[in-house]
Formats: sequence, C-alpha cells, structure tokens
Amino acid sequence: MAKSTKKTRDPVEATAKKQLIDHYRAMLLIRRFEERAGQLYGMGHIAGFCHLYIGQEAVVTGMQAAIGEGDQVITGYRDHGHMLACGMDPRGVMAELTGRIDGYSKGKGGSMHMFSREKNFFGGHGIVGAPVPLGTGIAFSNRYKETDRVCLTYFGDGAANQGQVYEAFNMASLWDLPVVYVIENNQYAMGTSVERASAETELYKRGISFEIEGEEVDGMDVLAVKAAGEKALKYARSGKGPYILEMKTYRYRGHSMSDPAKYRKREEVDDVREHRDPIESLKARMLEAEKASEDELKEIDKEIKARVKDAADFALESPEPPPEDLWTDVLIEEETA
Amino acid sequence: MSVDILMPALSPTMEEGTLSKWLKQEGDTIESGDVIAEIETDKATMEVEAVDEGTLAKILVPEGTEGVKVNAVIALLAEEGETPDSVEAKGNGAAATGSAAEEPGPAGPAERSEAAPEPAGRPRIETGNDPQIPEGTGFTETAIRDALRDAMAEEMRRDETVFVMGEEVAEYEGAYKVTRGLLDEFGPKRVVDTPITEHGIAGLGVGAAFGRLKPVVEFMTWNFAMQAIDHIINSAAKTLYMSGGQMGCPMVFRGPNGAAARVGAQHSQDYSAWYGHVPGLKVVAPYDAADAKGLLKAAIRDPNPVVFLEHELLYGESFPVPDLEDYVLPIGKAKLRREGRDVTLTAHSRMVGFALEAAEQLASEGIEAEVIDLRTLRPLDTDTVVESVKKTNRLVSCEEGWRYFGVGAEICATVVNEAFDYLDAPPARVHQKDVPLPYAANLEAMSLPGTEDIVAAARAVCEGM
Repeated sequence: MAKSTKKTRDPVEATAKKQLIDHYRAMLLIRRFEERAGQLYGMGHIAGFCHLYIGQEAVVTGMQAAIGEGDQVITGYRDHGHMLACGMDPRGVMAELTGRIDGYSKGKGGSMHMFSREKNFFGGHGIVGAPVPLGTGIAFSNRYKETDRVCLTYFGDGAANQGQVYEAFNMASLWDLPVVYVIENNQYAMGTSVERASAETELYKRGISFEIEGEEVDGMDVLAVKAAGEKALKYARSGKGPYILEMKTYRYRGHSMSDPAKYRKREEVDDVREHRDPIESLKARMLEAEKASEDELKEIDKEIKARVKDAADFALESPEPPPEDLWTDVLIEEETA
Repeated sequence: MSVDILMPALSPTMEEGTLSKWLKQEGDTIESGDVIAEIETDKATMEVEAVDEGTLAKILVPEGTEGVKVNAVIALLAEEGETPDSVEAKGNGAAATGSAAEEPGPAGPAERSEAAPEPAGRPRIETGNDPQIPEGTGFTETAIRDALRDAMAEEMRRDETVFVMGEEVAEYEGAYKVTRGLLDEFGPKRVVDTPITEHGIAGLGVGAAFGRLKPVVEFMTWNFAMQAIDHIINSAAKTLYMSGGQMGCPMVFRGPNGAAARVGAQHSQDYSAWYGHVPGLKVVAPYDAADAKGLLKAAIRDPNPVVFLEHELLYGESFPVPDLEDYVLPIGKAKLRREGRDVTLTAHSRMVGFALEAAEQLASEGIEAEVIDLRTLRPLDTDTVVESVKKTNRLVSCEEGWRYFGVGAEICATVVNEAFDYLDAPPARVHQKDVPLPYAANLEAMSLPGTEDIVAAARAVCEGM
C-alpha cells in the first residue's frame, strides 16, 4: 500500500513524446469540452443536472492509457470525461447533453446516462454507488466467459460511503473477480468534505476488511495514474482479484451546474489550479524536458478548440428526437418462443 | 403417564411429511435432546430431537411412511416408573397407521408420480386451452417447485450463458428447494451461492446481463428484494431506454412472493402492483405448474428483465405438466380457466385457486362465473379481460395484495374505460385488508382474502341479476 515509488529518472523524460502529446490532447479535449458544456448550460441548451469533470482530467486519461483492448469502463454521473477518454465522439456526447437525436442515447438519457457498447463504455449511472455492483457484475461476466478482460469501475468519495459498495467488494474479493475500483476522491461529495462524511478518510483502505489491496495515487499527475493503473490492471488480469486505486483529485466547478460551491474558499480552488492543475503541470514538464515546444502545444490547443466547436455546433443543429421515439426502447421486442 | 411423541411441524408451511428413519428403537432409553428420528418435509430432511426423557415404548408410525400429518402421534414414551408395554396412545388418534407400501400419500415435492391423486378440495385444472399443446400429449403431475427447477435446468442446457445465483441456491439447494439438483448437474460456475447481499447480487446480476450473460437471480423471498429494488428498477428496467436501446438487460429476478404462513408482516407482502407499475419490466405471476414451467422458460429467454413472482404456499402443490420437450408459453397472455356467463373473476398466482373454488360454489347457487388467470401483470392482457366483461357484464378482481393503487385498481379502471356501456354493476375488488399482515392465526386469516370473500363479492355484483 505504498504510494507510487519515485523513479530515479523523471517519468516525463522516460515517456515517449507521442504518448505525452496524446495525454495532453486527451486532457485538453475534456477541459475544453466541459467548458463549452458549461457555457451551453448557461445558455439554456443543456438542462437538468450537469456535472463537469474540470480538474479531474488526469484520472480518466491516465487510466484509459493503461487499459487494454476490450476492457470495460463504468462510472457514475460525472461521466463526460470518461466517455471522451474512451474514444466516444464528442459530437455524440454533446448532442446527448442537448437532448438531440444524434446523442449517444438518442436524446433519452442526458448527461448522466450515456453508453457505448462499441467503445466498451457501460455508463453513465445516476444513482450514487450503483456502478460498483454493476461493474463487478461485468467483471463476473468476463470471468464466466473466460476472457482476460478487466472492468474499470469508477466511483467517488461520496459513493464510498454507500453500503452496496461493500456488498460488491465482498463478492469481488470472494470470487477474485477481474475489477479495478477507481475511487475519484475529489474531496467533496456534493457539499460535504471527506472529513465531514468519512470515519476513515484514507479511502484506499476501504478494502482492507475484504482483503482487497489498495493504494493512493496522485490523481492530478497523468503519468502517476497511468503507472498505478497498469499495475492494478495487471494484478486484476492475472486472476488475483480486485484492486483499489484512490485517486486524489479535485474538481474546480461546483458539484453540478446549480452548485455555487460555498462550502470551500475561492483560495482553495485557486491554489489547486495554480500548483496542481493536471494539464498545466504536464505542459510545464513537457516544455522543461523539451518533449514539446510552445508552438506544437498551441497547435494542439487550436485543434481541440475547433473540435469542441464542431461538437457544439453539431449538438445544436441535431434535431430533437421524433415524437414516436417516446415509445421505443422500453422493451426489446422479440419472439421468445 | 406416558408421553405422546408428535409429528413436528418443521417449516412454516409444513402440513405433513415422511417419517424416513427411526434412530431409536423400542426399548431404548431417551434423553432430552437425543435425535430420535429423521423426517422429510417439503423442503428438507430434518432430525427430530426428543423433548422428554424416558423409554421409547412404542413406535406407532413405521419408518418410510409418507404423508404423516403434523401433530399425529408417532410414538409413545414411557416415563420413569412405567413399563413400556403398559402405555397407550391418548392423543387425538391421528396417527398414520398405513405403511408406505400400502397407502401412498400425495406425491412428495421431489418425486413425480404419474398417477398421483389430485389433492382434495381443489378444482381440476384445465391445461388444454394453451394452443401449443398438441392432441394426445401426456401430462405428468409435477410440484410447482420442480416445474420451476425443470424450466431452469432445460434453459441452462440450452444456453451456456444462463446461470442461477442467489442465497443458498447451490449447496443448500434453495431455501425452498426450487434449485434442487442444479448444482450437481451444472456445477458451481453456473449455480452460484452468494452471501446475504440482496442489493449487491441484484446489481451484480444486472452488470452480468450488461456483459451479455443471462442471470437468473433468486431472492429467498421478494420481501428481501426491497433492499435490491433500486437495481431492479433504476438499473435493470430503465437502462435500455436511457441508452437509446443499446443496453439490454436479459435476466430474471425470481422467488416467492406474497403471504406465507404465520411469518408476520415483513415476510408476507405481495409485490405485484409494485413491479407491475414499472415500464421496462415484465412481470409474471403463474398459478399452476404448467404455467410456472412454460412462463419461466419464456422469462429466461426474454431479452428484457423479468420479475417472476412465485408463491411459497404453492411450491409443494402438484399439477399436470404437458410432456413436451420444449414447453414455452407466451408472456403477456391471460388464460381462461373457467367459462361462465354471469360474472368475470380476474386473479393471478394463488388467488386463481380461490377464484376457481368460488366459481364452483357460485355455480351451485346458479351464478356462472368466468375465471381469468392473468398470469402476466405486465404487459397486462387487458383484451381478454375486457372481452370477458363484455360477455358477463360484471367484474370482480381478486388479488392477495393491498387495495390502494393495486392490481385491481388498474383492472377496474381499464374495464370502466373500455367496457363502460357493458357493465351492469360497479366492478368489485377482493384484496388483503389494509393493514400489515398480522402474526396471530385468527387475525392473519381475517386479513388475507380467500374463497368466501370472492363468493361474497360476486354475489354482491350479481344481485338483482
């Protein structure tokens, strides 16, 4: 349960340039996408609950870089970043946010309920804690079918206090299921800090009574996340059972769009932004190690801005679902006999 | 004074059992707590411990005797100072006297017998009006728990992705012995004992279904599924819709529903209306063994989440099941159990039996009742109900659950909307009293609806006919 070990060489030095650029691009896409989603929400194009991922980008980016082809991903309702990291089309995600027919759920799911079987993304679930047994069940199906796939099951520090999490931990460990639990500890469950909600605040220890290994990871450092992810995935894939990664991260925005975040000081957020921002710190390290030039990164910024604008334009142009769609997808109609 | 040793009730629903083995012989000294015999109930083989001390004077029921009634005197114990041959039974004379060979009781739950007698007091079941049964098909008397087991076993043989999980389903063979034999045939990979963790197994089952398996999740009773209802509704029922059709959830949640016997309010609730309320689910509640088998097979094959409501008090009852290799019934079709011209009785699950009894009784009074077994609550076969009411012009809906917002409310509203001009009387509802189910025998009986309630309601709507 040690923290990630310090290597003699700077991990940025040791990482191929292309990979660093990929991380940068992936995180930036999430950041700019979420900023645009926030803007569209303010303009009334996105409605309901909308939970932005800004600040947490390194977690999904690092984990996604660690998983293999066919591994599955499932999470709660702060899910836009996970979908983009899984390679889902920003157009389809944004169009779902605007409630249009070209959205991943044809406009019937919204921000919290999106899925892509093609990209092995299993949602997008609105009930706090629910993805944990669901992801454990997906891992059960992997084992049953004798594949070597692992299910990455994300949940937050708030969900970590739900009972069903521990029901799932128990079965996952009892049956050595191939699942990696990623706790995104962004410090606040809505407005309640971890300290105010949790008797044991070191959440990576929550598996101890189920004999599940866990470790704490700097969730603001994409390379640390990737390294921890690779280790955990290898462990789960080898048949040893579940593994817990507690990602220490931070969200800059409120819990949802309607949260003014009065429960923390402005300075606290500014401090994280200034000193621990996952994108800015990777950028600085890349420049320092001469893995990228300012001009190269500016080009990427431009490219991402254009991609996000395209997604937003697409999402606003896509029509609303036709009225007859009200009645579809309630049940699968199929002859059973 | 000698002491009567009585046939004990070893489960809430046990009415009789098989005295499989005597572990003490006449003349043996018995201490309190000694195991004296083994008894096979409808669920398991249990050991009987002596309560009193003394000498086993007389064995009145030989080993191997089936159908020994609860409270029958099975042996006599001579107390200190008595001689064994001076004692005699002073009990109620209920001792079973026949031997196993001479007088077979009704078929036990585990065995099938081609010629098992129809249990007394229940009308003969019509099995012939489902179109799938070809002329000349034979029937086998089968207990409902075995019909359910056969359905699971057949589907597991047919489809590798079907598996059963739940509390005590494998090594214990089911708390109600519905999964008897499955572990032996299919092994622990496909018959999975879980911890006591309803919310967890419901969620894990849904996840496995998302992973393209076909789980059959057994709840020891539906009462315990209250801890799991979030996953049944929010995860299983709604995800297909929320995903624009991508995330099918092909699975069955099954177990006993409704009132058992003398187990109190927390173990005695009918969830028909609860699950019937939810789009995205199918809800099935069969009455007899053929339907239990044919509909469970259909439920397992269905690409949607199916809530399958069984009835504990019916598990041990036997009904004819057609000898067909692959007997699958359509979900969503009611069954006409009895034709009649004067009043329509709708019912599902155990209430069908009461409705049929009521119809018999009403017939003797000159009222011809038509009995419709709903079988599926969602989708509800309203066409069959409405057509029947158009013929009879009267309706009594019967359900074991509470009245408010219940199955009967839905049926009556549908009939009023769709056959208003045909009605000769306001529709009536038979249901449980609006209280948690009491434990005391008399209050429990008052609370639950039965044949007499249906007869009274039918008489009332037929008044002045």
